[in-house]
Amino acid sequence: MDTIDIKKNLTLPRRSLLKGMAAAGTVLAAPGIIGRAVAQSGDVIKLGAPFHRTGIGAAYGRWYERTALAAVKLINEQGGINGLPVELIIEDDGTDPKRGVEAVEKFSAEHKVDAIFGHLFSHVSAASAPRAGELKMPYFLCSEAHSLAAGAFNRYVFQPSISDVKSQVSSMAPWITDNLGKKVTMIYPDYAFGYDHRDNLTAAIKAQGGEIVGDIAIPPTETSYTRYLPRIPFNTEVIYHVLVGPGVLTFVKELGEHLGSQRPEIFGFIDSLEAVSFDIPQLAYLDGTHFWEAMPRYAQPNQTSFDKLYREKVGVDANGASVDDAKSVATFSHMFSVWETLFAMKKAMEMADYKGPKQKIAMLEAMESITGFEESNEFPQGRKIFNGKMHQSFAQQNISKVVDGKLKVVHTVSPEDTLYPDEADYTKMSF
Amino acid sequence: MDIVPYLLLATLEGLVQASVLMLTALGLSLVFGVMRVVNVSHGEFFMLGAVAAWVCANLIPGPPYVPFIAALLIAPVFVGALAWAADWAILKRINYNPEATIVSTIGLMYIIQQMTLITFGPDAQAVDAPFYYTVRFPWFGYSGYKFFIIAVAIVLVGGLLYLLRHSKVGLYMRATQFDKETAQNFGIPVTKVYSGVFAVGAMLAAIGGVLVVPSQQAHYLMGHDPLLLSFVVVIVGGLGSIPGTIAAAILIGMSDGLLSVFFSPTLAKIFSTLLVALVLVFRPQGLFGKAGR
Repeated sequence: MDTIDIKKNLTLPRRSLLKGMAAAGTVLAAPGIIGRAVAQSGDVIKLGAPFHRTGIGAAYGRWYERTALAAVKLINEQGGINGLPVELIIEDDGTDPKRGVEAVEKFSAEHKVDAIFGHLFSHVSAASAPRAGELKMPYFLCSEAHSLAAGAFNRYVFQPSISDVKSQVSSMAPWITDNLGKKVTMIYPDYAFGYDHRDNLTAAIKAQGGEIVGDIAIPPTETSYTRYLPRIPFNTEVIYHVLVGPGVLTFVKELGEHLGSQRPEIFGFIDSLEAVSFDIPQLAYLDGTHFWEAMPRYAQPNQTSFDKLYREKVGVDANGASVDDAKSVATFSHMFSVWETLFAMKKAMEMADYKGPKQKIAMLEAMESITGFEESNEFPQGRKIFNGKMHQSFAQQNISKVVDGKLKVVHTVSPEDTLYPDEADYTKMSF
Repeated sequence: MDIVPYLLLATLEGLVQASVLMLTALGLSLVFGVMRVVNVSHGEFFMLGAVAAWVCANLIPGPPYVPFIAALLIAPVFVGALAWAADWAILKRINYNPEATIVSTIGLMYIIQQMTLITFGPDAQAVDAPFYYTVRFPWFGYSGYKFFIIAVAIVLVGGLLYLLRHSKVGLYMRATQFDKETAQNFGIPVTKVYSGVFAVGAMLAAIGGVLVVPSQQAHYLMGHDPLLLSFVVVIVGGLGSIPGTIAAAILIGMSDGLLSVFFSPTLAKIFSTLLVALVLVFRPQGLFGKAGR
């Protein structure tokens, strides 16, 4: 083989290297320059939306984006906020805490947005929320982690729509022990969101006289689950599962193979099967099991006009799938939080006559003074109680049963029954 | 659960793990053995196999086994062609220089990953298994398809070993591995052997990807773990030693199965990392490798 001089091949002449770097620099800087030239604060309300376009939260990100675009379109059709049009700037955070923080910084320094909303995965929001506070940037979560209500964040962080895990879990535990069984095995993701489930369910089941007989934490990037399943004790009456990430369908499938027909009762969080169709052969064995749903994926017989309008605007059919593609199933039980959060921000901005960052504090104080939201086109998931001290909403919860490959709501918990004593008072923090 | 069913499940899981590992690690080992190229993009070839299986499942109609069999044929050919092209366009240009090949295969890894993200999308996609059959043991059920994975891996590895030992192509490969220059003097087309070996290595990874996808899901980031484990196997078994790679794949696969069922998957990862460290300290050429040739 002829020998090739490596050095000759790998060394660029200095001049062309410098030229290339200069050209690349200009191209990289261009979006920033153009971005600043177009919109100025005061003409428009700019909202930064960090979504999980890639990484393990991608399915959620896609639908969060679709929902946010539909809500912003509706808001602008109705005259914007305080007469100003709303502009959405979307960044991909890769479902990665580090990139989540970078997105917050970029929104603040480069795009100079009025507020940020949309983070879902708790490891990303746990990293981003403190940074938003440091940058004095209003930051609205569309997540479920208990950290905010527990007082772990700061005065700039709110969760005005979806309820937190603690209120979900503790309000449904009595139904689980009354109807399914008292010996529970938990299977949950091995990070903050999963620990919220573990801690709160353990307490709630004990309070009902039940017992946690098994406790299985699974790393969020796991792709194979069979090896964890022998840890389900034989005396288990109820398997409680909540998993997120690329492998969840595999989990449910392997659970089915492993347990066969002699299965205990199964109660799952719909998170395990968001964006996944129910009528596929691998999931047939889930028939008769139960799921938590924040907002029912399948249109129920008593569907409200609000639910109908919301589905129509986002482009989702009565089965919770995209109207253009029945195979593309929505993350229906979570994505409403983006829609509702936008309308909650609108309400606070209107209360403070928000025109730009000068009214930022007034807007945040307005948000803290809100006591709840009525079920409406703006809040299609249902009525909410908002706790201004904890910055957290409390909403109704649904328990659905899988019947013939569809989810049918069998029990609903009212917002009042999801309340728990205050754990934080952000209004005592300075801005 | 009693100890017996526990042990049975752990063994089965270990065997499945070992089978897939054997295929992917053999590809990596072959490429290193013959070409002295550390192929960091090997995991992406694995991922491309899985993604190709998904594409086949979506484009080819018929019962699930039809697109699956098609994928078993198409995916390796496609990935092999891609690897051949990568060898021609990149590795040959840098004269298979060890440092340069590492950097360029890292680049190749990112290119393949991002191209997959752009075309295939970020979601994990499920692919139907060619058949559904649950083997019912008295204590638990186990996917029949996973037994199929084990069988296919044994057949393929057997075939590859036969090819290496008893065919002219195998002779060429062994001669090139043993002494490149002498082989060239004897008229062996070393450059072609290199391209071929790189393609075959990638094809083995692709087959691994196709086999795995019905029991996992296709995802653009799925190449990472198989790459890491393949490296572990190749280092433990001895760089470039085929029997060593097979033995180490079974050792690592089984220990991973047993440890992760009895204790935790994290402990299994700690064990394999520790094994690599110990092998590197006490037997740097690997358990089966020959020292300083």
